[in-house]
Amino acid sequence: MIPELGHFALALAVAIGFAQAVIPLWGAARGDARMMQAAPALALGQFIAMAVSFLSLVWSSVTSDFSVLTVAENTHSLEPLVYKITGSWGNHEGSILFWCLILSLCGAAVAQFGKALPASLRARVIGVLGLSGVGFALFALLASDPFLRLWPPPPNGRDMNPLLQDPGLAMHPPMLYVGYVGFAVPFAFAVAALLEGRIDAAWGRWVRPWTLAAWCFLTGGIALGSWWSYYELGWGGFWFWDPVENASLLPWLTGTALLHSAIVVEKREALKVWTVLLAIGTFSLSLSGTFLVRSGILNSVHSFANDPARGVFILALLGLVIGGSLLLFGLRAPVLSATGIFAPLSREGAIVLNNVLLCSIAAVVLTGTTYPLFADLLLGEKLSVGPPFFNATVFPLAAPLCVAMAVGPMLAWKRADLAAALAKLWWAALVAAAVGVVAAFGARPLPAIGFAAAAWLIFGALADLVARIRLFRVPLGASLQRLGALPRGSLGTTIAHAGLGVTIAGIAGMSLAQQAIVLLHPGQVAHVGGYDWRLESVGDVAGPNYAAREARIEVSRDGRVVATLAPQRRSFPVQQMTTTEARINTNLIRDLYAVLGEERDGGAVLRLHVNWLAPWIWLGALIMAAGGLVSLADRRLRVGAPARRARPAGAPA
Amino acid sequence: MTRKRRRLVLVLACGVGLGAAAALALSALSDSVAFFVTPSQIASKAPAPGRTFRLGGLVEAGSLQKFMDDGKPAARFRVTDGTGAVTVSFVGILPDLFREGQGMVALGTLAPDGTFRAQEVLAKHDETYMPKDIADALKKSGHWNPAAGPPPPASTWNTLVPKKLGG
Repeated sequence: MIPELGHFALALAVAIGFAQAVIPLWGAARGDARMMQAAPALALGQFIAMAVSFLSLVWSSVTSDFSVLTVAENTHSLEPLVYKITGSWGNHEGSILFWCLILSLCGAAVAQFGKALPASLRARVIGVLGLSGVGFALFALLASDPFLRLWPPPPNGRDMNPLLQDPGLAMHPPMLYVGYVGFAVPFAFAVAALLEGRIDAAWGRWVRPWTLAAWCFLTGGIALGSWWSYYELGWGGFWFWDPVENASLLPWLTGTALLHSAIVVEKREALKVWTVLLAIGTFSLSLSGTFLVRSGILNSVHSFANDPARGVFILALLGLVIGGSLLLFGLRAPVLSATGIFAPLSREGAIVLNNVLLCSIAAVVLTGTTYPLFADLLLGEKLSVGPPFFNATVFPLAAPLCVAMAVGPMLAWKRADLAAALAKLWWAALVAAAVGVVAAFGARPLPAIGFAAAAWLIFGALADLVARIRLFRVPLGASLQRLGALPRGSLGTTIAHAGLGVTIAGIAGMSLAQQAIVLLHPGQVAHVGGYDWRLESVGDVAGPNYAAREARIEVSRDGRVVATLAPQRRSFPVQQMTTTEARINTNLIRDLYAVLGEERDGGAVLRLHVNWLAPWIWLGALIMAAGGLVSLADRRLRVGAPARRARPAGAPA
Repeated sequence: MTRKRRRLVLVLACGVGLGAAAALALSALSDSVAFFVTPSQIASKAPAPGRTFRLGGLVEAGSLQKFMDDGKPAARFRVTDGTGAVTVSFVGILPDLFREGQGMVALGTLAPDGTFRAQEVLAKHDETYMPKDIADALKKSGHWNPAAGPPPPASTWNTLVPKKLGG
């Protein structure tokens, strides 16, 4: 009964989505106020129908209703409750439904928070969101129905992939999806602006918070995924340039570019056409990211199912959304005229540089990710593009980005004085150079450059802050007062830029990691990275739906016990799979990381790592997302612009 | 600064950025692409020693030997695609999903003595899922005609003799 209800609600969502697409768009085209006013209610209706549908799936999963195919294939009655819930989106059908739910949530959010928007713009934005919602809900309904029944129901389910049975992964897909789908809103704003034929500062002010929110979630989602692969896959790395990882990085790169170019639209009414293109491109990359990889077209660890019918549907849908919006862009972009003029050396110029570099990085990552596909299709050659390619292309492009990143926020709008900006930065440069020189003595050149870049970013951001609050130039109290009065937007910039520095420091530290693979018998000691690792014992441990072998390792330094680690190898009888549970002890400066391999001749094969600064990688991402949130709290964005005010106060005419 | 000059500067900046990206991508592609090679291709046209490539195939049943190499766990096994076979040596921990009679993909180089030295071994599939590369290799060597049904059980592949398609 409940699954049928969910199925019906999904069909209802498609129907409401049709109405949500047609009525407001048509009304906006005809200037019919009543039709445009229908938009918010329809968006809310689609969201409610979607929520009912999704909750039905969660309910079926929680109650272990194995007459539902997806539930039978992806859960097990013995599984802990939390994995029954997360299992409902940890598979192809469920993840598509979840995606549709978030998309409808975006529509409802625009309806709820967009009351101050001009009526026709709001109707168009909601209409475009409805139109894309219909496409994906139809895909869920026709090509990957999550409520398909199975008769007779099996006595028990086939269980979830053990690798996915992890609390970190419970949070990773939802965050990532909210980030991916969140870019649908800037996309809808861009398409609506093309339909309207006008973009002004108010448009930029509207797009920015949505982009910022999506960006924060995407940043968090990518960081969580990378953290998960670090501790769950047990390979000791944090980023593998796997197609799926790249697929999440691509919209992040262009989304970051969009975030910055939208500021220029808001403040200076320049870069309009480019910003619209970025908004379309970012959502297109989000779409291809989830669907191209899930469809099995790109070979990846993450691909769920290879069903040609689905692949064709997805390709058609992607072609329609991306091709349609680009066609519209080609037809209507000339209508949007630029107004703001700026010198190359200005804040706008710096943001253009940021955009060029970020998009270049995105372009090379896209090339590397899709090249094997094209080589196979066009040349008939089977090949893979691995980390060496990405390291060789991304780092040289990221280096100038880092150098410019600290300078950019110090430049004035319109026309800037580079010497004045550098004068505020001299001490940050000095610290960075010192860090680089010290690091060069202890490490290879590349990590040393990384540490210098990290110091440059962190202290450059601090220097910006110091200059803004005039620390040491005015009394401390006055400085603090200035700090309190600082716009949240610029504070967010400082935090986010420093966060990237922290991440880079973590990546550079991680490249100094020491590791060894050893065979130890109980009582034996291995020396890795200045620590003594003593294998105490290896024993059996029972879990709810698995049995595990557990090694107990005592780690000491200079005779003092630092940590006890208990890495496991879990075998899941239902899926006939073994997973490796790495154990990590961290003090934020270094991670002690132990993995239990196979056992032979009464001993255990262990992989032991000392990963320097590893937690900083994710800490930095967290700081970046926090910077985004601080910026989101900016009064300017919260209050919102009164509809169609000619020009924001204070901006030069 | 006139609008025209500003636009020129913008276009130049974009050109320099994208040009650098393209140059980097092309130069990196030419020396860091790893081709996918099957054991029978090694027999007919072996990649140059020292060149990194990916070897894909099935682990021959009964061929896996584990030993210690200089205090580190190591393994030696044979990988086959039904028509050719190659000996693979690997120092490190084999992945959880590594099994005899199942598919694997390894990244490494060919040693002068004809064995494949793997730097990395991947085995990411179960009984029903097969990496695309391996599926294609099986089809090519005539072990599996997708039109005739699902692939034969993984554990029997290495003992199959090639049969003519449609015959």
